[in-house]
Amino acid sequence: MHSDRSHTETFVELIRRASTQLPADVVEALEEGRNGEEGGGLACIALDTVLSNVDMAREGSAPICQDTGTPVVWIHYPVGVSTRKLKEDFEAAVREATSLRYLRPNAVNTLSGANTGDGAGRGIPFLHFEEWDEPRVEVRMILKGGGSENVGTQYKLPDGRLGAGRDLEGVRRAVLDAVFQAQGKGCAPGVLGVCVGGDRVSAFEESKRQLLRPLKDTNPVPELAELEERLLAEGNELGIGPMGFGGNTTLLAVKIGVLDRLPACYFVTVSYMCWADRKAAVSIDEGGKVQWLS
Amino acid sequence: MAELKLPASEKTIRGLSVGDFVELSGRMITGRDAAHKWLIEEQRDEVVPYLKDSVIYHCGPVVGQNEDGSYEFVAAGPTTSIREEPYQADVICRYGLRGVIGKGGMGAKTLDGLSRCGAVYLHAVGGAAQVLARAIPRVEKVFMLEEFGVPEALWVIHVERFPVMVTMDSHGGSLHDRVEAASQAKLQELLG
Repeated sequence: MHSDRSHTETFVELIRRASTQLPADVVEALEEGRNGEEGGGLACIALDTVLSNVDMAREGSAPICQDTGTPVVWIHYPVGVSTRKLKEDFEAAVREATSLRYLRPNAVNTLSGANTGDGAGRGIPFLHFEEWDEPRVEVRMILKGGGSENVGTQYKLPDGRLGAGRDLEGVRRAVLDAVFQAQGKGCAPGVLGVCVGGDRVSAFEESKRQLLRPLKDTNPVPELAELEERLLAEGNELGIGPMGFGGNTTLLAVKIGVLDRLPACYFVTVSYMCWADRKAAVSIDEGGKVQWLS
Repeated sequence: MAELKLPASEKTIRGLSVGDFVELSGRMITGRDAAHKWLIEEQRDEVVPYLKDSVIYHCGPVVGQNEDGSYEFVAAGPTTSIREEPYQADVICRYGLRGVIGKGGMGAKTLDGLSRCGAVYLHAVGGAAQVLARAIPRVEKVFMLEEFGVPEALWVIHVERFPVMVTMDSHGGSLHDRVEAASQAKLQELLG
């Protein structure tokens, strides 16, 4: 039974993988980007450095980036499993991963300014639970760094400044503005997770959930698939480039999800993920057998 | 690419221009949000020898401690610099810094400080925590570790061939301003 077992050890390994091993599709996208930049230019040097860094992190089992971010985690669990226990196990894993230096002590008491020292804190890690019919527990996580989090944003349509109305053209205008405003500050080239609709809480969560998608998948909604492709192309045309040095590679992917909204609200919410698009996933079956999903 | 030894003279620093790729060797210090506020609110004489003619690195590292009590940098890429914009020019001029290392670039007040006091903004590759940690072979000492915690403390480090790009120079040049202007023009075109 799931409830008799501690998953802490598995979660430590999940965190280690996320922090030290960049997924293959992200590495591939970075390589494609590098090949599209002028040899010897700053954009090319930046992406070469990034790619060497990714190799070194994997070989040395060390964090890709020193800002190991907020662990944002989605857990599906079968009927009868204690989510309180899963939460305790995950928090214990964050503390252990911090002591092993897969994570930086990254939780700061907002009022006192003191670092908690062990990586966990009020609201960190951020866990989402959803019951499902399958007998296994599935955990998917991202590590969301602070620099990229700071360039995430939310638009309220209509937006007069952007000429953005309540339709997909309005969404397009808002997202392009977000890419422009971010410049290189979110550690471009980035991946955009976008949510159209929802409220100010649900929309940010959905925008982050979009970041779990493989970079090269196709949105099942045809008009969104088209918009994702167009925004990727147009975002790159802005010429901001890696680190904002100027260049052809500003975005690696754009992923858009939709939530229903109140009649009065139309939010476009953008979460910016840095090039260090760290994510990992694991499935744990009833017998405790662990399968790594990425 | 050129190697730049620290400490550096004003003349050397004024010889650098936007677009130069240089590798730093010598002693520097880390400092980010809490450090900049601290350096401005009080005159910190004990840190002066580590700032004068050297550079401050906007970095909140992952740090390990060895059995003999010494420290090592495990992961050490740059953090976003713009948060230090209110303080940076004053820190440069008051403490005699010759440069700032970070990511994302800085604003008009810092650019003016670079011209006035003879310093440059050096951009490290954001997220390249392993490449950059490897260029930091030694940690000499640390200020305010207890009070600020690991990421915010001021770490005195020795670097060897630490790779950076000059993106703001002491002659008013800023790559960030150029890229922003060009991307704004393109945005207007796309939005029609």
